[in-house]
Amino acid sequence: MLTSIKRIFKSGWLNFSRDGSLSIATCFVMIMAISLATSIFFLKDISKFLISTIQEKADISVYFNNTALEEDILNIKEELSKIPEVENISYISKEEVLDEFNQRHKDDSILMESLEEVGGNPFLATLNIRAFTASQYQAVASFFEDPAFEGLIEKVDYYQRKPVIDKIFSLTSEAKKTGIVLAIILAVISALVVFNTIRLAIFNQKEEIEVQRLVGASNWFIRGPFLIQGAISGILATLICFLIVALSCWFFSPKIEFLFPGLNIWNFFTSSFWVIVLIQLAIGIGLGVISSILAVRKYLKI
Amino acid sequence: MIEFQNITKIFPTHSIPTLALDNISFEVKPKEFVSIVGKSGAGKSTLLKIILAEERPTQGKIIFSGQDLSKVKPGNLPQFRRKIGAVFQDYKLFPSKTTYENIAYIMEVIGATDEEIARDVNQVLEIVGLENKAQNFPNELSAGERQRAAIARALIHRPDVILADEPTGNLDPYNTLDIMRLFQKIHNLGATIILATHNKEIINSLGKRVITLEGGRIIRDEEKGRFVL
Repeated sequence: MLTSIKRIFKSGWLNFSRDGSLSIATCFVMIMAISLATSIFFLKDISKFLISTIQEKADISVYFNNTALEEDILNIKEELSKIPEVENISYISKEEVLDEFNQRHKDDSILMESLEEVGGNPFLATLNIRAFTASQYQAVASFFEDPAFEGLIEKVDYYQRKPVIDKIFSLTSEAKKTGIVLAIILAVISALVVFNTIRLAIFNQKEEIEVQRLVGASNWFIRGPFLIQGAISGILATLICFLIVALSCWFFSPKIEFLFPGLNIWNFFTSSFWVIVLIQLAIGIGLGVISSILAVRKYLKI
Repeated sequence: MIEFQNITKIFPTHSIPTLALDNISFEVKPKEFVSIVGKSGAGKSTLLKIILAEERPTQGKIIFSGQDLSKVKPGNLPQFRRKIGAVFQDYKLFPSKTTYENIAYIMEVIGATDEEIARDVNQVLEIVGLENKAQNFPNELSAGERQRAAIARALIHRPDVILADEPTGNLDPYNTLDIMRLFQKIHNLGATIILATHNKEIINSLGKRVITLEGGRIIRDEEKGRFVL
């Protein structure tokens, strides 16, 4: 048994090394498939990051009257946070709004003069509220329709922002769906390409397999070397692909971070190192071995 | 040893089914050298394929060493085929294996140890005169050398019977003689040989049992036969 396994491994390695160009072609096609799967894995997280960045921009603001006390506002904030639809609430006091305005427009003399003209602090205390999904903003907005808040609230800007919020959420959910469908299609195509390459390579050895059957080799003794050959192609393709991915991440990371602040793919690569290695190995070896099993099966019927 | 009992083989085709063997019965005894002769399409190759279980008969029974071949399960076919050594007209060597590896493959299949393989393969290479070509690939050998390698592969594991289907079909007269001498040598060492051929000179020089096929039927079966068609 052990001798047979040793011979199967040896024969698989010999076939791989002697097949030369055919082995290289198989490896090359596998590199494509593994790169595709890795990029789908990357895109999944990058798009999650981008979508959440866009969604963060959708929120509603509640402006409070000048007469509203900070204590009342904080109470409302406390109550709001109990609503399950609310993801995040931030309170910005009148003073903070003024500071921020001064900070942002300190070089704009006209605006600063106008502010002086108005005198005092014309800004209103604000609560910025973010919900999990677009449909939940309605529930948050209706919270403020309670007559108890009538004297406190100057304005809820939900109704002006509603079309924009809806648009952002529908776009991001469309993007998610399209991404998933596209990923599935590409994965299926690349698996088929690998399968067909291996099938053609094994088709070349059709007669050899049939002779092996006729001289009394068992199915596993025939199939084994092809599986090993498929696995070696998979491992080699994984190694090359891993190097390509690592180098690309390292090289493009600063450029991508410049375009999308906060998105560091090198960090993502290093933090998901083992997951990427496992995904690539599983796809490389899996595709190689399964394709070989399916392709050889047909010729073992003699 | 091998008994054909009313074997009929019909190949289904798109138009009219082809009758390859028509109610054939005969027996091959141990250590016999039997030649099957006949024109192309007489059913010689089909007969050998049925012994090798490459084809199943449409009707009839074939008994191999007391075992009914139709009852051998597909999973047990490899075990059964190890009792047979097969030589083909087109050699059917493994192109990606060296001569040595081609012959050693059968020993690996039956689970021989590395020492046994090294000893027996070198011995057989010597018998067929290919000791200097052990590390050559089949495409580096001449036609005669390839056939000798194929014969070495067929006899390395000491099978009960050696089947040879037109083994000299692709060879020149010199190599043909060479290969036939080899078969006689193997037979003298105690092997049962079934040889299918349409080479008149070979048959006439052998002076062994000859079964003549025509249109899928046995028309002659003589102990010291000659090539008569």
